[in-house]
Amino acid sequence: METITPAGQLFQYLITGITVGSIYAMVAVGFNIIYNVTEIINFAQGEFVMLGGLVMVSLHVGMGLPLIAAFPATMIIVTLVGMLLDRLAISPIRRPTVLSLIIATIAASILLKGTAMFIWGKDPYDLPAFSGRNPITFLGAVIQPQYFWVIGFLIITVIVLTLFFEKTILGKAMSACADNPDAASLVGINVKQMILLSFALSAAIGAVAGIVVTPISLMEYDRGAMLAVKGFGAAVLGGLGSFPGAVIGGLILGAIESLGAGLISSGYKDAFALIVLMFVLFYKPSGIFGDIEVSKIKRF
Amino acid sequence: MKLRRIVIFTTVCLFSLGFLVSPALAFKVGAVFSVTGRTSFLGDPEKKTAVMVAEQINAAGGINGEKLELIVYDSEGDATKANLAVKKLITQDKVSVVIGPSLSGTSMAVVPLAAKYKTPLISCAASYKITWDKEKGTARKWVFKTPQTDTMAVDAIYSALKQKGISKIAIMSVTSGFGASGRGELIRLAPEYGMTIMADEKYGPKDTDMTVQLTKIKGLAPKAIVNWSVGPTQVVVLRNWRDLGMKSIPFYQSHGFGSRKNIELAAGAAEGVFCPLGAVNIAELLTPYDTQYAVAQRYLKDYKAKYNEPLSSFGGHAWDALHMAAQALASVGDDKAKIRDYLENNIKGFVGQHGVFFYSPDDHIGLDKAAFRMVVVRDGDWALAD
Repeated sequence: METITPAGQLFQYLITGITVGSIYAMVAVGFNIIYNVTEIINFAQGEFVMLGGLVMVSLHVGMGLPLIAAFPATMIIVTLVGMLLDRLAISPIRRPTVLSLIIATIAASILLKGTAMFIWGKDPYDLPAFSGRNPITFLGAVIQPQYFWVIGFLIITVIVLTLFFEKTILGKAMSACADNPDAASLVGINVKQMILLSFALSAAIGAVAGIVVTPISLMEYDRGAMLAVKGFGAAVLGGLGSFPGAVIGGLILGAIESLGAGLISSGYKDAFALIVLMFVLFYKPSGIFGDIEVSKIKRF
Repeated sequence: MKLRRIVIFTTVCLFSLGFLVSPALAFKVGAVFSVTGRTSFLGDPEKKTAVMVAEQINAAGGINGEKLELIVYDSEGDATKANLAVKKLITQDKVSVVIGPSLSGTSMAVVPLAAKYKTPLISCAASYKITWDKEKGTARKWVFKTPQTDTMAVDAIYSALKQKGISKIAIMSVTSGFGASGRGELIRLAPEYGMTIMADEKYGPKDTDMTVQLTKIKGLAPKAIVNWSVGPTQVVVLRNWRDLGMKSIPFYQSHGFGSRKNIELAAGAAEGVFCPLGAVNIAELLTPYDTQYAVAQRYLKDYKAKYNEPLSSFGGHAWDALHMAAQALASVGDDKAKIRDYLENNIKGFVGQHGVFFYSPDDHIGLDKAAFRMVVVRDGDWALAD
């Protein structure tokens, strides 16, 4: 039988933690995009991840589309769902308050979950790994090739988003809505359209997260809520609204869960992450990268 | 005025018609299953099976020439709804015996009703607490059940391990009711079989990866791993086990693994995995000399023909319960107390889907570890382990 050294074990905990953390980070980034433009927390964010996984299964496994075609097609379908969510649930609200909008997203998440249950049933679905299932042994740890895809897509997402928000007019317009919607509309930015765009973007990122995680964890209709909770934790840990914060928050959360489960006790895995989250919020209520001055002027 | 008279007349007529029709012309059996909701994977095949069995009995001339009327209510897996449904079955529908509910939780919620209304109840849920009154230290007078318990599954796994001379094991369990209950029995029975539990790892029902727990186990180098979970996690854990190159450590799953869908989802990672299953899961593998061969084969064939979907072993619990109820009705009629006495004293060697039942005043479960066969996954399908 193969044996494993303590150092190898530690490395295995870290690499697994970082992979799981990458998924949390992607969910957290999705939360942040919508939060930055609308100041609401979109509770249907986890449902985008679930839809990404399940739609991909239908297109790739069910209809036999090749990976390279099914991937963008899934992103487009989930993006459309995100845009519909904004047009049907968020934008028609007559006197929008942060609370009423958040409640609308909760309703949307229940609706999406129920619809998914009708379409796909309650069974979990599998997706073939993108580049086979032969694990790679590295420094005593075993790494599934899919781990690289997860981490890789997180890096790509972050780079593309950073470029979008800092280099394009559209991205800058969205940031402007986040800073001050009234001033933004005075200078000619269509705030409603920016909100639509923010829902589209977060849905697309959610879809990516769902597609890359399904080969590792399978996907079923009710997995969204748990991912949303973890992603929200990551976003708060890193500082709501901050993209580097979301990534660091997600990775820290994943690593703590993994190390805590491996070195101390797997039964309290979720508790370790929450304890760290509480400590961070106790000493720095705005999160690691959050700015307390900025958070004071936010409505939520 | 004329209209009003017609209305009154019609109402009176309908009422009297109702009274004329109402006297029981049929044996009434009530059933409560979680047909919809989160646990419909249990209740849905149970309902389909019960309906099929009732149709078969009636097609074969009913019970002593009388029709068997099956009334099914959906508990949606909710304890309150299960309680109301059983109350309605007993007080309004006047059934002679109730089968179900599907879950341990919903069954515990209706156990008091069986005693209060003195109506026999045959539960389709796992926990031994359903039939065993811990405070009095006796079996509950009016309650029976058909499924095997966790204890029997643990007994079956530990016996198999002992036979192979394995004593150092690692256990893994999901932090849900099913996992916690199995973990409790694994720990309680370990000393009895001389098992040393080197690691006791847990994971959440929605966790994405169990590599960490398995890595820890790998470091401790046990001689076998016993895992207790249902749903996607029991598949993911197998993939992680394979990817970590731990195939040299034998892997035992609980009876919750008993669906071919899981083998398929594991994408090859389930090869060589052991699990204890009832005869109903492996009808094709039984030899014609097996006691349960005939019933299991027939059920498999009928169910597939009627519903055109793979057989779920959970439906077998309803098969066992309804057939026992029908046997009691055929022998003693619809007197509730007599049915109860019949179940307790005359179900001796009833050949069902999940085992051969022997009820007694102290044992309302009726099965032992022999109700489980140790099965191994070979070439993507079940095979009997020797």
